Amino acid sequence: MTVFAFELKRGRLSLIIWTAVIVFMLCITVLIYPQMASQMATVTDMFADMGAFSTAFGMDKLNFGEFIGYFAVECGNVLGLGGALFAAIMGISAIAKEEKERTAEFLYTQPLSRTRVVAEKYAALIVQILILNAVVCGAVIACAAAIGETADIGTMLLLMLAYLLLQLEIASICFGISAFLRGGGIAIGLGLALLLYFMNIISNITEDAKALKYVTPFAYADGADITASGTLNMKYLAVGAALALAGVAAAFVKYRRKDL
Amino acid sequence: MERAAIRTEALTKYYGKNRGIIDVTLRVEEGDFFGFIGPNGAGKSTTIRTLLGLIFATSGKAEVFGKDIVRDKISILADTGYLPGEASFYNNMKVGDMISYASRLRGVDCRAEAETLCRRLELDTSRKIGELSLGNRKKLGIVIALQHRPKLYILDEPTSGLDPLMQQEFFSIMEERNREGATVFLSSHILGEVSRYCRHAAVIREGRLTVCDSVENLAHTGVKYVTLQGVDRTPSFENISDLAQEGNLTRFLYRGDANTLIKELSGYTFSDVAVRDPDLDEVFRHFYEGEEK
Repeated sequence: MTVFAFELKRGRLSLIIWTAVIVFMLCITVLIYPQMASQMATVTDMFADMGAFSTAFGMDKLNFGEFIGYFAVECGNVLGLGGALFAAIMGISAIAKEEKERTAEFLYTQPLSRTRVVAEKYAALIVQILILNAVVCGAVIACAAAIGETADIGTMLLLMLAYLLLQLEIASICFGISAFLRGGGIAIGLGLALLLYFMNIISNITEDAKALKYVTPFAYADGADITASGTLNMKYLAVGAALALAGVAAAFVKYRRKDL
Repeated sequence: MERAAIRTEALTKYYGKNRGIIDVTLRVEEGDFFGFIGPNGAGKSTTIRTLLGLIFATSGKAEVFGKDIVRDKISILADTGYLPGEASFYNNMKVGDMISYASRLRGVDCRAEAETLCRRLELDTSRKIGELSLGNRKKLGIVIALQHRPKLYILDEPTSGLDPLMQQEFFSIMEERNREGATVFLSSHILGEVSRYCRHAAVIREGRLTVCDSVENLAHTGVKYVTLQGVDRTPSFENISDLAQEGNLTRFLYRGDANTLIKELSGYTFSDVAVRDPDLDEVFRHFYEGEEK
């Protein structure tokens, strides 16, 4: 587990910063809710009345007058997008950074199989994402309890579970791409995460683009849908799991015989 | 055939359409001190990187200690110390941490050995790798390649970036290891160090092996350096190459029977003649540059 431990140590600073920023932003939005709540009743009607803009962000289906409606949108913005970017950056650089920094020559001439190294790197990636989400989840629940909004904790946990799964999917796909890259691919990772994010927005706006819902993980992590239905969309989730699996499998297959 | 430290058979590597190495057949005996010489881009690193499983051969095969380089890669790597041509490590780590990470990856405790090597090579273990000079980075690479005392050393241009004193220290360490039974395989484009330290050598040029022999035999290839002073006309007979004229001096390489050379020369008039064995540098340069037309 030497590579695994090394990867965790190496990604430590990045993990701390991303976790701190997401926790900070999300906790602030939760803690200011009591001040916002009084104005929310009017805001809900206004938000629901902005046409395509409302549908794009699912605001036509959400009730801002309730804490959970407010939380679903804010959580989607902060943890959904922030977590996706974190997962993309960590995933895309997991394998490729060794080649970019020319340390691959050192690492892959140690008596370890490439499969072993790739497996330990993947494990470290998953653990980093789990840590980030565990800390965020703990902090958010604590803040919600502090303002006395504990009625919908079940839905809150379900929302955060959805964003965890989304991050795991994006990280796995980027991990697969990482195995094919020769240099760094941060731009590719960020681009992909944002593309998937906008795919969901587009599919919310127009019926013609509904098929995109199967492609993007933001579809099963759509706060409005989850709050409304109280469950995750299993069809979208199944496609997402398949994509994640394909990404990881591609990484292992490619790296077995890649010229470094 | 009995077991050799390294044995390749028609090893060929193409990068897409670009030539890496072609039909390299090589044998390095156990306990040998072997020099692998060639100009930049000749295929030295390609050969080495294939042996270590960093890249995969297009065709041909190779064995290290009788083990297949693809199938038994991990066991081969456990017996090998590799120094990359451009040794790069994790820049924000300290030298000492990097050395211990390498030993943990191998699952071998080599603290005592690492300490000795750092002292002999004058490598400061408290420095950050990102702040190291090229030479110090090379030293770190050497410590990492040597600390687990492997049976086989594969060193890609080990002395580039080292100052002359360090080069000497490095070679004396390698000679000690060699005396203790380890096999040393190093690539270089510095002819002098190969002729000084290696027992066998191979020359690679444009991806193909041009010669592979003992350094002693290479020095006596039957090639003579002939210098004529004030010769009446440009010598022209069989087995002459590298003809050059400078003032009234005419030099050429003669490869063939010495008696024939004397008979041929008797047909010319000249004021002085010198016939000598070329030194090893000149022999290597000859193979390096290839046959003249």
